Parts: sequence; C-alpha cells; structure tokens
Amino acid sequence: MDMKRRDFLKIAGLTAIAGIGAPTAFSRLLKGEVDGGAAYASGGEGAAADSNRVRLGMVIDVKKFNQYKGLAQKCIDACHQIHNVPDYGNKKDEIKWLWQERYENAFPEHSHYRRNEELEKMYFLVSCNHCDNPPCVRACPTQATFKMKNGIVAMDYHRCIGCRFCMAACPYGARSFNWRDPRGRSADGRPFIAHVNPDFPTRMRGVVEKCNFCVERLAEGLPPKCVEVASPVKAMIFGDLNDPNSEISRILRSRFTIQRKPALGTHPSLFYLI
Amino acid sequence: MYDAGKIIPGLVVFVALVTFPIWRGVADDLPKPEKPTKARQCVTDTATMRKDHMVLLNKWRDEALRTGDRTPFVVEGKKYKKSLMLGCLNCHEDKKKFCDECHVYASVRPYCWDCHYEPKEKF
Repeated sequence: MDMKRRDFLKIAGLTAIAGIGAPTAFSRLLKGEVDGGAAYASGGEGAAADSNRVRLGMVIDVKKFNQYKGLAQKCIDACHQIHNVPDYGNKKDEIKWLWQERYENAFPEHSHYRRNEELEKMYFLVSCNHCDNPPCVRACPTQATFKMKNGIVAMDYHRCIGCRFCMAACPYGARSFNWRDPRGRSADGRPFIAHVNPDFPTRMRGVVEKCNFCVERLAEGLPPKCVEVASPVKAMIFGDLNDPNSEISRILRSRFTIQRKPALGTHPSLFYLI
Repeated sequence: MYDAGKIIPGLVVFVALVTFPIWRGVADDLPKPEKPTKARQCVTDTATMRKDHMVLLNKWRDEALRTGDRTPFVVEGKKYKKSLMLGCLNCHEDKKKFCDECHVYASVRPYCWDCHYEPKEKF
C-alpha cells in the first residue's frame, strides 16, 4: 500500500480524537444524562426521569370511542361548557380545547400503505398533550404559559399578550386565539357562550387559550371533565405516569399505545390505545 | 397698604374657590362601599385590605395558578377559597355597591371583569 507519512499521521490523529470522544458520549447515553429519545414518560421536563414527581397523563382508548359513537362529542361539549369556551360559529375563529381529528391528521408520522378502511373513517379525540418538553413554554415571551410541578402545561391568561408564538410552536394545533370577544354576540344576536358557567372565568379578546387538564377540578379532587364523562365505559384513563402502581402505568405497561408526533421530542403525556 | 378692603376679601374668596374640591370631598362625598352581611372579619384587617387588596389578589392568583397552591385561607375558623369569584365575591355580593363604589370614585378601571363574572350578572 502506498501512503505518504503525512497522510498516515493525519488519519491517525483524527482516529485518536474520535476514539477519545466516543466512550464519553456512550457513557452519558447509558447513564441517562442525555435523552436518547426512547424514554417517553420521564417527568423531568424533558430531562431525566424523576420518580419523586407527579406527571399527570392520560390514556385514550380509541376502540371504545369508535364503539360508542357520540361519546367523544359528549366529552367535548361537557368540557367546552364548563370552561366557557366560546363558539364563534365559523371554522376560522374556532376555539377548541378538546376536538376530533382524522387519523392522517392526528398521526401524520405513522405512514402506512393501503391503510385499513375502518381506520380512515375513525376520528380521534385530541387536545393539549401537556408535553413533558413543551415547545410552547419555551416560545412564550411573558411566561404566560408554563409547566406546573404536576406536569400540566398551564396558562395564566392575565399575562398573555396575544403574540401567538405558542401557537406557532405547538406542533399539535392545541392552542386557539380569541380574535373576537368571547363575551360578545354574533351578528344575529346569538351569544358566543351559550350556557355560561358562572364559576369559571371567560377569556378576553386577544389571548390564546387551550385545555388546562381541569386544574380547577383536580384541586377539588375531581378527575378532568372529559374523563368523568367517559368513565362509565372507561374510555379515558387519567393518572400519574411516574407512579409505577397507578392504573395508567399498568395499562401503559401491558398494552400497546402510540403518541402524537413522538419524533419531535416533545414527550406528550397523552397516549392512544389502538 | 392701598385697597386692603378689596384685596383681603378677594384673597379669601380666591383661596376658598381653589380649595373647594378638597373640603367638599372631605365633607361628605367619600365612597362608602357596602359591607357584607355574611361575615364580620375579612381575610386581613380593613386598613390593609383598603390599601393592598390588589396585591393580595395578585399573590393569590400566582399561588393558585403557578404553584398550584389552592389551600383555603382560614379566618376565625371559616375557610375562604383563594379566588376572586369563588372567594371574595361570596361575601361581597354586589360588585356595583362594593368594588365600583371606590373604583369609579378614584377613576380606576381594573380589568378583572373582562373575564371574571360578577355574582349577580344576568345571563
């Protein structure tokens, strides 16, 4: 083999540098200091798992929702009613905390040739994923949206300046902007909030809103409203993902679930039983 | 002094006119927010509440929303929710006779009611 001494030394030097770097990267991955993308249910806000902390999450049983038609709409109506979510009557201004999406829109990463026809027809209940590594929180310039200790991605509407950076950051379209005053009425005199819940505030024009995982109900020891509505058939299971003995952990261990757009590294806390 | 007989009464009239808003206000036009009938003691003493109720409301809001600390406020054995709508307005039932009384007088326009409902609001 014909090789100049100069070239040989160059290659030897580069190999030595790579050799020094490789073991450290491996050991960091092994120790879990670096997120290799495999650990979904962590609870350390995108960092390493912390079993001492609560991380609330939810499992949505897609088959049950398909079996009991209309249940999903009942959940949506109940949620929107207790949270005074306005209905502006047009798709462009729509405010949604909980809504339904087709398979191809809910799970665009799951490509599949000749998909099951049944699957094509199905709708999936979607909402804010309360990500463990929420991009909306990083995008918010005023900390109006933030991560609570129990894993909920919450909002303080007092601080929202309506810049909509969070809407651009959220890959799930889980945030809606109030282009109009939620307390107002449409041109034909219909109030945007049909049945007011006087115990919960509305929002004002110019703020972004989204699902709050029913923090106000959790504070009183109640489950989220959608989970309560779906509870007779157990179509939604809510609990602490970090507690290995919780019902939700047991289901996640024993059954196959998928998340929405897992490759983005947001670590959603909503799981779908297929 | 020339024309003292005109200048001194003139000065008196001038001072009286300039200070008119002050002594008229002191006399009787101060706002009188309606006191609740349900409870005698507020969450803090009246002087602090009068001066710093907005600070307390902001503190409650941050505690409840951000740290998730919604433990009720206990005064004389009675529990109060850390909430404007579900706490304060339980006793102070009439926003117009309580909140607005001073806010209108002092020309303060807090944005609470853009989102929060007042107890007697008609739907």
